[in-house]
Amino acid sequence: MFKVSRRFIRVWQRDFTVYRKSWTISFIPPLLEPLFYLGAFAVGLSGLVGNLQYRGMEVSYVQFIAPALIGMSIMYNSFFETTYTSFVRMYYQKTFDAMMATPLSLDEVITGEIVWGATRSLIAAGIMLMVISLFGLIRFPHGLLILPLAFVGGLAFASIGICFTAIVPNIDMFNLPVFLFITPMFLFSGTFFPLENLPGWAQLAALLFPLTHVTNLSRSLCFGELHGNMFWGAGYLLAFNLIFFPLGLLGMNKRLIK
Amino acid sequence: MKFVVEARDLVKKFNGITAVDHISFHVTPGECFGILGPNGAGKTTTIRMVYGFSPMTGGSLRVFDLDILKDWRRIKARVGVCQQENSLDPDLSVMQNLEVFARYFNIPKQKAREKAIELLSFFALEHRQDSTVMELSGGMMRRLVLARALINDPDLLILDEPTTGLDPQSRHQVWDRLARLRGKGISILLTTHYMEEASQLCDRLIIIDHGSILVEGTPRDLIQKHVGQDVIEISEPTQELRSFVSSRNLDHEDLGHRLLIYCEDRGDLYGKITREYCKDGCLMRMATLEDVFLKLTGRELRE
Repeated sequence: MFKVSRRFIRVWQRDFTVYRKSWTISFIPPLLEPLFYLGAFAVGLSGLVGNLQYRGMEVSYVQFIAPALIGMSIMYNSFFETTYTSFVRMYYQKTFDAMMATPLSLDEVITGEIVWGATRSLIAAGIMLMVISLFGLIRFPHGLLILPLAFVGGLAFASIGICFTAIVPNIDMFNLPVFLFITPMFLFSGTFFPLENLPGWAQLAALLFPLTHVTNLSRSLCFGELHGNMFWGAGYLLAFNLIFFPLGLLGMNKRLIK
Repeated sequence: MKFVVEARDLVKKFNGITAVDHISFHVTPGECFGILGPNGAGKTTTIRMVYGFSPMTGGSLRVFDLDILKDWRRIKARVGVCQQENSLDPDLSVMQNLEVFARYFNIPKQKAREKAIELLSFFALEHRQDSTVMELSGGMMRRLVLARALINDPDLLILDEPTTGLDPQSRHQVWDRLARLRGKGISILLTTHYMEEASQLCDRLIIIDHGSILVEGTPRDLIQKHVGQDVIEISEPTQELRSFVSSRNLDHEDLGHRLLIYCEDRGDLYGKITREYCKDGCLMRMATLEDVFLKLTGRELRE
């Protein structure tokens, strides 16, 4: 069975210590990204697209896309943390080797990495939430639930990221999951246009993507809604974590315990 | 506690290869115990099992009288490890490397800081505490790895080739610090392929090859038993010398262009050989652990 105690927090703390060293730089992307996107879409695209229908409501394109920006940010922050960044720590810096010569277990090391990845998502979503709410695009208090969503969604992307880290032979190979998994999700998860615009089979396929559910939940929360469908989305994310978190631990055990 | 480490019939196999093949040894408290062997002999694999990094395939392993399978966390809390590859955290400063590492052992912040300052000064790094790891020289990095391995006041220090790749000055500095640590009563388990290092530091050692123990003993006994007191080295030996050596039944190794004669001589034989068989290219020296090592593990290249 997995050897995980709350000592994994020590690994999380290590990552947080490093993060704090480049605190100001790490803050800039989530601060500026929504501004760029909103600027581009509000000024550039809105006129072309006009308003669209979402769950029977007429919403502006900016309103539609703002929650998706948070969703994408949740995805990118944790996925990149546990793929490229974790791989560098594992392979080049031998940070995991050093940790395993202490009372930490490998499972705790990996759990720390995954939870840290989710924390990155949480921090990014928090900053974006503040920025986007300045434009009046988020209803509160519902919008605050985006924070736990960011953490749970972050865990999902961090877990699947670790699964890839456990199997890629070298760092360049991450291009594969990025182009085959992350980019299609980025485009086809109801982010830039409603899922209903897709053909039926593609809509069903999109339901397999975690980002579809993160985006749906984020959008509902931004619009101040709480409805039954949201439980399915949350359930999906929890189930996703229950599968890919242990799978990530198993994969890393297979890779590193020799 | 009778033994700090007690390994019985240790076996490690991976991918169908037996890297460690029924090795048994023990380390007594306060002792410096060496594992010597050529590359790929199974040294690193053996000690990785001792600090719970690799699970063993067979045998039993007790550290501090605790079972590595059951009490791995308690064991790891009392061991300090200096791995072969540099695993310092390049994202952190020198001081942070120690402080963050201390957290893995649940050492309180204040205590960690005090210990870190003490260790940095012990390893002559106190003036570099705010440097990043990348700014350090190879010797400084290795000293920092040693300092980090001591942050938890370990009862057992495990060193995997602690001076490989260091210049002579740095190497001697590391040896000096290790000797001082031994003086404080810490037990050391060390792998190396520097024979001088083993002679200097180890009370007792094993030489392993292909996963098995070839010999065990103190450096002095091993030299005495397997080589003798002196070595006469002759370059470009003549045929006459070769027949002389075999007629006298001398313990020797013929390397083609070089002939080594192992003996307890004190000069007589050497005098005879220089007078009668070779005018120059002939020298006599004290036997070293390196002679034992090469004699037992052979001279062909590894890997």
